Amino acid sequence: MSVAIRVENLSKMYQLGQIGTGTISLDLERWFITRVMGRPDPFLRLAEANDRAVKGESNIVWSLKDISFEIEQGEAVGIIGKNGAGKSTLLKLLSRVTSPTAGRIKLKGRVASLLEVGTGFHPELSGRENIYLNGSILGMRKREIDRKLDEIVDFSGVERYIDTPVKRFSSGMYVRLAFAVAAHLESEILIVDEVLAVGDAEFQKKCLGKMQDIGKRDGRTVLFVSHNMSAILELCKRGMLIETGEIVRDSDAGSCVAAFFERDKILHGSANGRRRNRFLDIRNISVNGGQRYQIDHSSPFDVTVDLSGNDIRQATIFFIVENAFGQSVLHKKISSAAIGQAVIDGDFQIRIDLPSLWLTPGIYSMYFKILVPTDRWSGRAISDRVNLEVTGPMEPSGRAFINPDVDWNIRALESARVAEGVAI
Amino acid sequence: MQNISDNENWDLVIEGRGPLFDLKVAEVWNYRDLLLMFVKRDFVSFYKQTVLGPLWFFIQPLFTTIIFTFVFGNLAGLSTDGLPQPLFYMAGITAWNYFADCITKTSTVFKDNANIFGKVYFPRLILPLSIVTSNLVRFGVQMLLFIGMMGYYAVTGGSFRITWAIILFPILVLLMALLGLGLGLIITALTTKYRDLSFLVTFGVQLVMYMTTVIYPLSAAPEKYKTLIQLNPMTGLIEAFRYAFLGQGELSVMSLGYSAVVTLSILLIGVLIFNKTERSFVDTV
Repeated sequence: MSVAIRVENLSKMYQLGQIGTGTISLDLERWFITRVMGRPDPFLRLAEANDRAVKGESNIVWSLKDISFEIEQGEAVGIIGKNGAGKSTLLKLLSRVTSPTAGRIKLKGRVASLLEVGTGFHPELSGRENIYLNGSILGMRKREIDRKLDEIVDFSGVERYIDTPVKRFSSGMYVRLAFAVAAHLESEILIVDEVLAVGDAEFQKKCLGKMQDIGKRDGRTVLFVSHNMSAILELCKRGMLIETGEIVRDSDAGSCVAAFFERDKILHGSANGRRRNRFLDIRNISVNGGQRYQIDHSSPFDVTVDLSGNDIRQATIFFIVENAFGQSVLHKKISSAAIGQAVIDGDFQIRIDLPSLWLTPGIYSMYFKILVPTDRWSGRAISDRVNLEVTGPMEPSGRAFINPDVDWNIRALESARVAEGVAI
Repeated sequence: MQNISDNENWDLVIEGRGPLFDLKVAEVWNYRDLLLMFVKRDFVSFYKQTVLGPLWFFIQPLFTTIIFTFVFGNLAGLSTDGLPQPLFYMAGITAWNYFADCITKTSTVFKDNANIFGKVYFPRLILPLSIVTSNLVRFGVQMLLFIGMMGYYAVTGGSFRITWAIILFPILVLLMALLGLGLGLIITALTTKYRDLSFLVTFGVQLVMYMTTVIYPLSAAPEKYKTLIQLNPMTGLIEAFRYAFLGQGELSVMSLGYSAVVTLSILLIGVLIFNKTERSFVDTV
């Protein structure tokens, strides 16, 4: 396999704030020092790491700082990170929309980049005309579009509207058409920024499938930025986690996504999500009677929580376990009357006994919630979220929700002899 | 470790600073289909949802001609070298309009298209080129009006004659286009970060029109300003244009050659500055 993209010490600096009379003296000074005197740019030293939440000293920031990596031909790489981490800057540099402050990028093959769906669509032109316009903007020749027109229209699923100006399109149809054009680009490298967020579920699935085809069947290189972690996992083998302009992790997509959630402290924080009021409080989660939130994936366990209420009636108690992507893997509810306490007045402890869940090992988060049918704000309380670590043997893919021990059997049909069961 | 496979043949190397002298002609040629698409877009979107469509292109030169005939011809009584006044003015206006359109529209190309430029790469030069080309369509329509008017005066016995110089017409148009393009490119490149200059453009173009032989013939220009007027590369072109179609005007190899040299120099400078600016203008526009 040969290298398709090599990035060497790439940096990109941005100047924040307004451009106006205040910046021209700075520009002149910089120009004089670098071009006339031939010294290195002094303002680059002032540049700071780009953390959007922190007020910095200088208004020059590194959107990307000295990053290097290589991508093999045919690899699908998912780039993840918080807003403003530098993901889109990286894609912009790769697609030549802007140029780097320092460092270089070397590419092999034609690059098609999709930083936005429907770039250059003209509202007055018809769907068909826009296919040609958008296709040409993305770098297709007219002949190429002629050849693929039927395929594009078919993929977009807006055949009926194809001769109507796109300003009459619904936003979903607009995106369908735009993605359809981009998906039919013939390029060795495809760069895609968060564009699947729009469009309905069916179309998103179609897009992902198409991108998978592009990557796997055609052996083209795909770079994909998304906040949709399951899309990243589905599409990409390799992941890159970017934080304040630097690559903090470059590994397989699964562990990259896990690291993202870990670092982003989505699961952490002791007071995360807790809600209480003077009528209702739910707190102190224990697992198997202790504060060590760790279970074996094959063992039954119990969870207890303390509950105090002030003459609460008709309460419903929920117990929820979520995986690292925020998807519920367990969601149980019961009314307090059904467990013999129609009125909650005073302090109680609730215990929930669970069988072995066979969850895929990893970090989960769990919490209790109590709801009372009232329109007052005091009608609900939520416990702290705590991390539940599930241990056990890891399946190589690591993507399924559950991973129970199973028995595999094989038998030859003519003799009907049962082979020995093999437990995994 | 970097040098192990550095002798691989990369198709593209992206760096902060490219070579200064890079006209990117081959790349622009590869994207020629896009140029036509932009032209089509401009043209079609201009008259979509109008009843008269391209006829609207007639309105502006027609009314300007009427006003000029009234103000400069009748009130001020400026010479028209013996040509019928409306014909004289319309020749100047048609040619000047094309040049002025090229310059004003290309001078905002970075600002107007920041949206597209910020999302996708194609040789940026395509857009200004497409503007000049789509203005050509408009110019063509206005030429029809001019020719119609010539027909009218030919029938009613106006004094003018078409000369051999009409074969220079394509060259004249090309030079006007390239001059407008070159100046527009310089202006747009200079106004991406600091927009001050862009306020001058529309109004500056108006003023320069009076320093060009649009409303008066060069022969009627006062002697002491004549050199100044001749220094304007558009003067030679408009005079030649008028000579070609109406038989009056000063056509010389010198003035035409001068216009051509100035045009090509400005164009070269414009393309170089433009290509230099395009690399990172997205950050500052």
